[in-house]
Amino acid sequence: MSTTTKPVNQKAWFLILPVIVCVAFSAILPLMTVVNYSVQDIISPERRVFVGTEWFAAVMRDEELHGALLRQIGFSLSVLLVEIPLGICLALAMPAQGWKSSAVLVTVALSLLIPWNVVGTIWQIYGRADIGLMGRALQQLGIDYSYTGSETQAWLTVLLMDVWHWTPLVALLAFAGLRSIPDAYYQAARIDGASKFAVFRYIQLPKMRGVLMIAVLLRFMDSFMIYTEPFVLTGGGPGNATTFLSQYLTTKAVGQFDLGPAAAFSLIYFFIILLLCFVLYNWMQRVGTQQPEVEH
Amino acid sequence: MPERRFRKRTIFLLAYLVFALLPIYWMVNMSFKTNAEILSTFTFWPQHFTWDNYRTIFTDESWYSGYINSLIYVAMNTVISLAVALPAAYAFSRYQFMGDKHVFFWLLTNRMTPPAVFLLPFFQLYTTVGLMDTHIAVALAHLLFNVPLAVWILEGFMSGIPREIDETAYIDGYSFPRFFLTIFLPLIKAGVGVAAFFCFMFSWVELLLARTLTSVNAKPIVATMTRTVSASGMDWATLAAAGVLTIVPGAIVIWFVRHYIAKGFAMGRV
Repeated sequence: MSTTTKPVNQKAWFLILPVIVCVAFSAILPLMTVVNYSVQDIISPERRVFVGTEWFAAVMRDEELHGALLRQIGFSLSVLLVEIPLGICLALAMPAQGWKSSAVLVTVALSLLIPWNVVGTIWQIYGRADIGLMGRALQQLGIDYSYTGSETQAWLTVLLMDVWHWTPLVALLAFAGLRSIPDAYYQAARIDGASKFAVFRYIQLPKMRGVLMIAVLLRFMDSFMIYTEPFVLTGGGPGNATTFLSQYLTTKAVGQFDLGPAAAFSLIYFFIILLLCFVLYNWMQRVGTQQPEVEH
Repeated sequence: MPERRFRKRTIFLLAYLVFALLPIYWMVNMSFKTNAEILSTFTFWPQHFTWDNYRTIFTDESWYSGYINSLIYVAMNTVISLAVALPAAYAFSRYQFMGDKHVFFWLLTNRMTPPAVFLLPFFQLYTTVGLMDTHIAVALAHLLFNVPLAVWILEGFMSGIPREIDETAYIDGYSFPRFFLTIFLPLIKAGVGVAAFFCFMFSWVELLLARTLTSVNAKPIVATMTRTVSASGMDWATLAAAGVLTIVPGAIVIWFVRHYIAKGFAMGRV
């Protein structure tokens, strides 16, 4: 949200009431159920024992969880480092007008529209050395490529798949942000004799701040919840190389139908995302306001 | 110099497009092959070209009804999301009110809940209210991540519109609904287009909730597709054909909103 002064108007609450009702129905009620489970040992629907914070303590001490958490953070940071710059470059390179612009937009967005389990399946075939295009090509180049054999290669394949899948999201948002810059800004920059880089640094980047913040946070939280694609592609292996948090949650807890620990894990997981997003959100708000906006 | 820059850009763009299209090409390629050909040989294009995989999908009701079900709940979800998100985004972008920042961030936190966390509670909630296996159930469940997103995107676009426009309109005697529908909405067409596209997309590709809340009558295509994984080995060819078809509706949607994304704001028209 922009931090400029806005008129105070408590009636604005009526405008956001519909949203609150909708989200309360689909978020608060289920969340309370999860909290309820997390403090009980549910042996059967009739036999429940209150156990307090026992599950939380057990989950927090879990060594494997720490490993999964570290892998998750590493993966999410890599995703951001690759996808945000690539997406911005892509948005800058996309033609702004004409049929070319339309064609490029639609083509770029295609990978976003593929259901996530299909994405995993495509890459599963695509990366196979015997029948997949990418696996075959890498083999021809003399690289001993196998996403099921090597931990590094499996991790890189999941990252590459995510870059392929989600960079368009960043690009589309950045592109929409770029298109919203009035021509007057560019004209003023031309009169000032600003270099291409100066235009990018002082006009395009600050004007894209809002959409880029959406892009960074979206990519961060979604990559933190990644489940379907690596599950289909590698199943979390080889070893634990691509077992990220939600995968760990599902195999460990949901797979064993143990509601208490699963709920406790879910809550801790949720709080980790919440905390990291909160930090990121506030940091990005500050970065934005410190940047001198060029006034014309 | 401008020419050289232009060429570098074009080369970068083309390189990315190739990177983006190759996996999709491979899927299209597979969808015209037989399972035997997919698994036995490496070929750049189908040696024994066949439409059989598509025929299976269009003639088998359990396949094509999946697409219809998905489209119904996705459309419902997009409409509801936008309808509730538009006024809220306006409130956030224009006014200060008690707890505004907290509510805004609280909305975003709903986008951060892993859907896996809510599977069981949703199942129980919708069973209790008798909405299991209906389209509206999935549409409502998907509001969880689409409404915050829509509010967020729209708020960003609305904040880009100078507040003087609102004030001038009110001075000219416009009522709020009339101002909002006739002046403000056209100004943020780009934002509405982008938000609609994202709502459509996230609802379309979501698997976990959609699969949990439906069984027969509202079973979505993404759930139908998981069936091919379990039944008698992998039916790669049909899966590839179904995958190709899942891209089509989304491609049509983005074709319609591309102008909104590309044209940007109609600044200075008022």
